Amino acid sequence: MSTINQSGWKPEMGSAGETGPATYTGNKALMLEEALIFEIGTTGTTGVDLADAPKVTPRLGNLARHRDIGLPGLSEPETVRHYTRLSRQNYAIDLGFFPLGSCTMKHNPRLNEKVARMEGFADVHPLQHVETVQGALAVINELAVWLIKLTGMHGVAMTPKAGAHGELCGILAIKAALEARGDPRSVILVPESAHGTNPATAAFAGYAVENIPATSEGRVDLAALKARLGPDVAGVMITNPNTCGLFERDMKAISDAVHAAGGYVYCDGANFNAIVGRVRPGDLGIDAMHINLHKTFSTPHGGGGPGSGPVVLSEALSPYGPIPFTECHADGHYTLVEEETANERHPHSFGRMTAFHGQMGMFTRALSYIMSHGADGLRQVAEDAVLNANYILRSLEDVLDAPFAHSGPCMHEALFSDNGLAEGFSTLDIAKGLIDEGYHPMTVYFPLVVHGAMLTEPTETESKATLDQFIGAMRSVVQRAKAGDPMLKSAPHHAPRRRLDETQAARKPVLVWREPEQAVAAG
Amino acid sequence: MRYLPLTPSDRQAMLGVIGAKTIDDLFTDVPAEAQLDGPIHGLPNHASEMAVERHFSNLARQNMTASHTPFFLGAGAYKHHVPASVDHIIQRGEFLTAYTPYQPEIAQGTLQMLFEFQTQVARLFGCDVANASMYDGSTACWEAIGMAGRITKRTKAVLSSGLHPHYVSVAKTMAQYTGDTLDTALPELSPATDSARLLDAIDDETSCVVVQYPDILGRIEDLSAIAAKAHEHGALLIAVVTEPVALGAIKAPGDMGADIVVGEGQSLGVGLQFGGPYVGLFACKEKFVRQMPGRLCGETVDAEGKRGFVLTLSTREQHIRREKATSNICTNSGLCALAFSIHLTLLGEKGLRGLAELNHSLAVQAADRLSQIAGVELVNDTFFNEFTLKLPKEARPVVRALADRKVLGGVSLGRLYPDVDALANGLLVAVTEVVTMEDVETFATALQEVLA
Repeated sequence: MSTINQSGWKPEMGSAGETGPATYTGNKALMLEEALIFEIGTTGTTGVDLADAPKVTPRLGNLARHRDIGLPGLSEPETVRHYTRLSRQNYAIDLGFFPLGSCTMKHNPRLNEKVARMEGFADVHPLQHVETVQGALAVINELAVWLIKLTGMHGVAMTPKAGAHGELCGILAIKAALEARGDPRSVILVPESAHGTNPATAAFAGYAVENIPATSEGRVDLAALKARLGPDVAGVMITNPNTCGLFERDMKAISDAVHAAGGYVYCDGANFNAIVGRVRPGDLGIDAMHINLHKTFSTPHGGGGPGSGPVVLSEALSPYGPIPFTECHADGHYTLVEEETANERHPHSFGRMTAFHGQMGMFTRALSYIMSHGADGLRQVAEDAVLNANYILRSLEDVLDAPFAHSGPCMHEALFSDNGLAEGFSTLDIAKGLIDEGYHPMTVYFPLVVHGAMLTEPTETESKATLDQFIGAMRSVVQRAKAGDPMLKSAPHHAPRRRLDETQAARKPVLVWREPEQAVAAG
Repeated sequence: MRYLPLTPSDRQAMLGVIGAKTIDDLFTDVPAEAQLDGPIHGLPNHASEMAVERHFSNLARQNMTASHTPFFLGAGAYKHHVPASVDHIIQRGEFLTAYTPYQPEIAQGTLQMLFEFQTQVARLFGCDVANASMYDGSTACWEAIGMAGRITKRTKAVLSSGLHPHYVSVAKTMAQYTGDTLDTALPELSPATDSARLLDAIDDETSCVVVQYPDILGRIEDLSAIAAKAHEHGALLIAVVTEPVALGAIKAPGDMGADIVVGEGQSLGVGLQFGGPYVGLFACKEKFVRQMPGRLCGETVDAEGKRGFVLTLSTREQHIRREKATSNICTNSGLCALAFSIHLTLLGEKGLRGLAELNHSLAVQAADRLSQIAGVELVNDTFFNEFTLKLPKEARPVVRALADRKVLGGVSLGRLYPDVDALANGLLVAVTEVVTMEDVETFATALQEVLA
């Protein structure tokens, strides 16, 4: 049984600290409180001027909506201010260092935003006749070619909407390939250190999920894996580099063993940033791998999406990939393979995963980023990302337990544990202390195989000066945790909010705003 | 390279701290045979900002854009005017470049926005609660079918023939692997929906009935009878809304008894973007909340008793429950949800109702005008801002011929239902506030020419 907090973070009420005199408004200078739109807007207010509707006899049947909807409106100045004030309560990569492991929070170039907003891409409909969208199809195709060449794979499915959707795509392709050869299998093997999406995806597609143990070095136990392979195993899902920040040295041997046993190899490509331009997954025997465009290729995370998760496929799996997709003909002309032509052009497809062509707005951004870097720049991306992570690892391993540091260099993320802190202090306190220092914390309590994990991913877009300041701040916070500083226990003190009560949020969920009853009673 | 701040001397100094001679020493775990010895052959090297921009400008020019053409496409993606302040706000770095709000003390902006979004969606759909969004309408629809299966512990879903065919395809893809059975049918070019078929198909094995509202042909019908029959048999009603602006004019599905309402939120704030990213809307009755997929934001207090917001009920989700999670989804469509929420805040109830009325009025006028053309019939008795025309000949070549005349004249049913002869003459026409009567006249003239 793991002692790790399974929720990934743990609320703990600290004592209130002295933060200066109270103000009438609750504001603290530039730290501004903001009410909900339901408290400041009214249903009679609008920030949009509309033309008068011509008078017609309605064709709505008897279904006109008479009952109040309860949607408050704000004027335009109030709207801009409301959201601007809210925005200032967010940490973001534009504001500072965001070393969230496995999430690859790198700089989001604004050129990408600019090209995505060009009317020719932003203002075209997915069902326009293909002759009117040749430029849009060209973008999809160009990105597809880059992804195939960067990974050394055979084909790519562009439509998956995010990483987990891409995992589903890969697993469905595996399932379709097995069924096509009349060999349906029932089990997917997943290492203990995997992202939660891996087992969830396999289960979603109807597979039983079994764990593969890790070695003390933090890598897949090849012998245990081989021992488990058999005619019931459809495939494995392996993250490489893995979530401990290590390259799976035995990846090729793993692939060979899985293939020999008749299964397929899915690679979770969340950590592709560490190897892009230096290693091609296709050379390691991978059959399917999703690429998080919002990680490696810098499309913005947007406060939790939208993501984009194209899946590169081996020759064995490509025939089973989803529709629709773009075809480029010898004369440079593009067509779409969708339901109409699928029987002829792509007869073994497992079907459609989403209504349209995938995350076009992310394709333009990712392609802009990829072209900016080029083949030489992308290789430098991986090298600088790995260099930055190792610099952090070696600059902190004397004060923090780094469970796998002895086994060699890390890849693009450095993993620490909370062993050695004062009694009662844990990773959570380090994280909250970093917030007061002006940083977004690293990923905490993941991967589950390490006690109080702190997975730190600096990415290549940070300068040495930024890393040096962060290292200094980390050393200071860790010293306080080792000394048992009570002010750290109740951190953060300087954020817009103190530690939030997540237990109460889950016990009595309040998921939508409702008119306060007492206000109604008083009225 | 402009996105990489390390200088050669930084790199050398850092390697020194690490105790490595060259960068290659940090890649020693990668077997030599898997390492490339230089940049990948056959791919171009880095390019200036100007060069990249020029490349994209050239490609963008090859597309016919909705704003510069009389434009009548819908079928699950609608062209509405998005106020300038929406795009301004979503480009603020604090929203654009934030991550999932896992550290709530420094993510209250995103969290409060999501709480407001959830409330807006729930109210718009007439439901108790809504989640923080899904990938898009089609995947939200499939997730709703899966959720109904978990709640009812049954596997038969009855899908209306008026459900968007791509949504049906997505559900079919998933059902192949989950063992669910889907009872589906093709629509007919008639004013009546297949509600009689649905009522007939509901039995004690049924987990859910899925009805699009307005449906793929634009028809609107009262869902109350279907809800009643479903509930009689212990099944759920799932309503699918691909055009949320409609709910400024017509009754909310939740108010007619729908248990789960999902939809595509693209038409508010998000824009066409050639199909994505969009934003899946997902709402339901409160009693089903623990079976819901996706992220949820909830209200709570901080250590000083101040109101604040957190992601909550995450024990349903993959990062905790792993293979037992309600879904594998690990993201929402955060920035698109923000755009949706800002647009709806700008509109407010008054604006949404005005926008809906304007859409409907223009659509009625356009339907009347286009159906005056010889041989063109209006299929619908009811519609909101989208209706189906029956042409005297196959619609696909007509759409192509209209495009040659610089009119983007709707979606042919032949594109959506290839090889279904009975639908081949159907043309789906959407009319929103961006359409002028002059556009309608241009469309009518061109259509007349093409049909002649």
